[in-house]
Amino acid sequence: MSYQAHFKVWRGDKDGGGLVDFEVAVNEGEVVLDIIHRLQATAAPDLAVRWNCKAGKCGSCSAEVNGRPRLMCMTRMSVFDPAETITVTPMRSFPVVRDLVTDVSYNYAKAREVPSFVPPKELGPGQYRMKQEDVGRVQEFRKCIECFLCQNTCHVVRDHEENKTAFAGPRFLMRVAELDMHPLDAADEAGIDRRRGAREDHGLGYCNITKCCTEVCPEHIKITDNALIPLKERVVDRSYDPLVWLGSKIRRRRT
Amino acid sequence: MATGTDPDLSAAADRPAARGVHHASRAAIPARHLRRDRWWLTPAATAAGLLAFVAYSTWRAFAGADYYAAPYVSPFYSPCLAENCVPMKGGADWELVGSWWQLSPALLVLIFPLGFRLTCYYYRKAYYRGFWASPPACAVPEPHATYSGETRFPLILQNVHRYFFYFAVLVAGVLTYDAILGFRDANGAWGHMGLGTLVLLANIALIWAYTLSCHSCRHIVGGRLRNFSKHPVRYRMWGWVSALNARHMQLAWASLVSVAVADLYVYLVASGAFDDPRFF
Repeated sequence: MSYQAHFKVWRGDKDGGGLVDFEVAVNEGEVVLDIIHRLQATAAPDLAVRWNCKAGKCGSCSAEVNGRPRLMCMTRMSVFDPAETITVTPMRSFPVVRDLVTDVSYNYAKAREVPSFVPPKELGPGQYRMKQEDVGRVQEFRKCIECFLCQNTCHVVRDHEENKTAFAGPRFLMRVAELDMHPLDAADEAGIDRRRGAREDHGLGYCNITKCCTEVCPEHIKITDNALIPLKERVVDRSYDPLVWLGSKIRRRRT
Repeated sequence: MATGTDPDLSAAADRPAARGVHHASRAAIPARHLRRDRWWLTPAATAAGLLAFVAYSTWRAFAGADYYAAPYVSPFYSPCLAENCVPMKGGADWELVGSWWQLSPALLVLIFPLGFRLTCYYYRKAYYRGFWASPPACAVPEPHATYSGETRFPLILQNVHRYFFYFAVLVAGVLTYDAILGFRDANGAWGHMGLGTLVLLANIALIWAYTLSCHSCRHIVGGRLRNFSKHPVRYRMWGWVSALNARHMQLAWASLVSVAVADLYVYLVASGAFDDPRFF
């Protein structure tokens, strides 16, 4: 079944812009990105949109559909009423470049601030052996497609631009958690304290675990429950729990 | 633009310095948010539910009466640590505090489950969203001009959650003892059961499920380990707690309701408004 849908698409750049109305054909089985492409093919050939795989795996077509952070390629038109006006805007936490394209370089800057995996000295390339139960927990985090919807929806930076300096955002705190849980990461031996870093360098304390990152994740990663809260508990071990601190001093054992 | 779909840029030149989604670098959209669903319903219902419990529990905690109807004791008043507790035959009536405490004995013990729930990772989300609107819902701006999260006093104290967990385990142990005492009759003879026994059993089952599904419990049991393969028993336990943890929100609400219902049941029986149906 085909019908004419009413779309409002934000058009503009850093100097300003606004929502522009379009009447556009919608066919059965289409997603929002299909409609944006149809607009490019018909009414607005210079409409800027970032996209790539159209399969929910590249993380390029992040935007906000009816005010909700979504991948346009994973938002089916069938979830909307045909009479409904559908509003598509760029992500509202990042500087706009043009139309639906935003400058997500904040995320790359934050990614560079996370110390990378530290290989164990006693093992060479090809010698890593890990048991499934030791890596199963962090494999969930590797599903991340870096669409940055979690970064976009996190109110810590969405509502407070000034926090971007101190706060790495859920995606990169999840990266810290992933490395801290990694069975072979030798950061401690290299003098890198990931738990202290999570608190002092990446702003874990700003997270108030209201779970919007989890709600919008298109890969359904339980970011809050499986990464951020466990990382907060690890930070408590390091910084706020005198009993654990005492135990670590007495036993000097790595868990 | 060649297509004639150019937006009106006249307002852009005089955009005021603004914060959040209205920051000058971001897409110029006057609306604070564009959500059209009923995003306000969940935080409103959460706030209403929590307020209802706070009102009820405040009344009952300060009442200091009608909390024991042999063999049942209200979960709000157990263990009873003051001397002004009513005598509870074989119950957790321990008088540790002495006679100087003249207020309701519930206040001495409720501080621990209250602290446990107040610092709970689920309840934090619930009241940050429901009461503090930080944020009220995803992609809906919060009203506050500044935000420091849990980096400063007093919210940095949320990090003591695990210590409240330890106390919550002790309290749950006492409530388990109370539920077992429910298999007596009013004279203390064993081998009996009434509707109140079932109420207390259901309550303690939910209290344990909520307590053990706690994120701090999950961390203590095994989450803090780096190599699960070296600790197979803790890994197994971590798996069980993780399964419960996935239902932490539901268990938080279920146990909150059950503890209020258990108290209300004891209140109705103790005040004479209702006779406990005895099965045997």
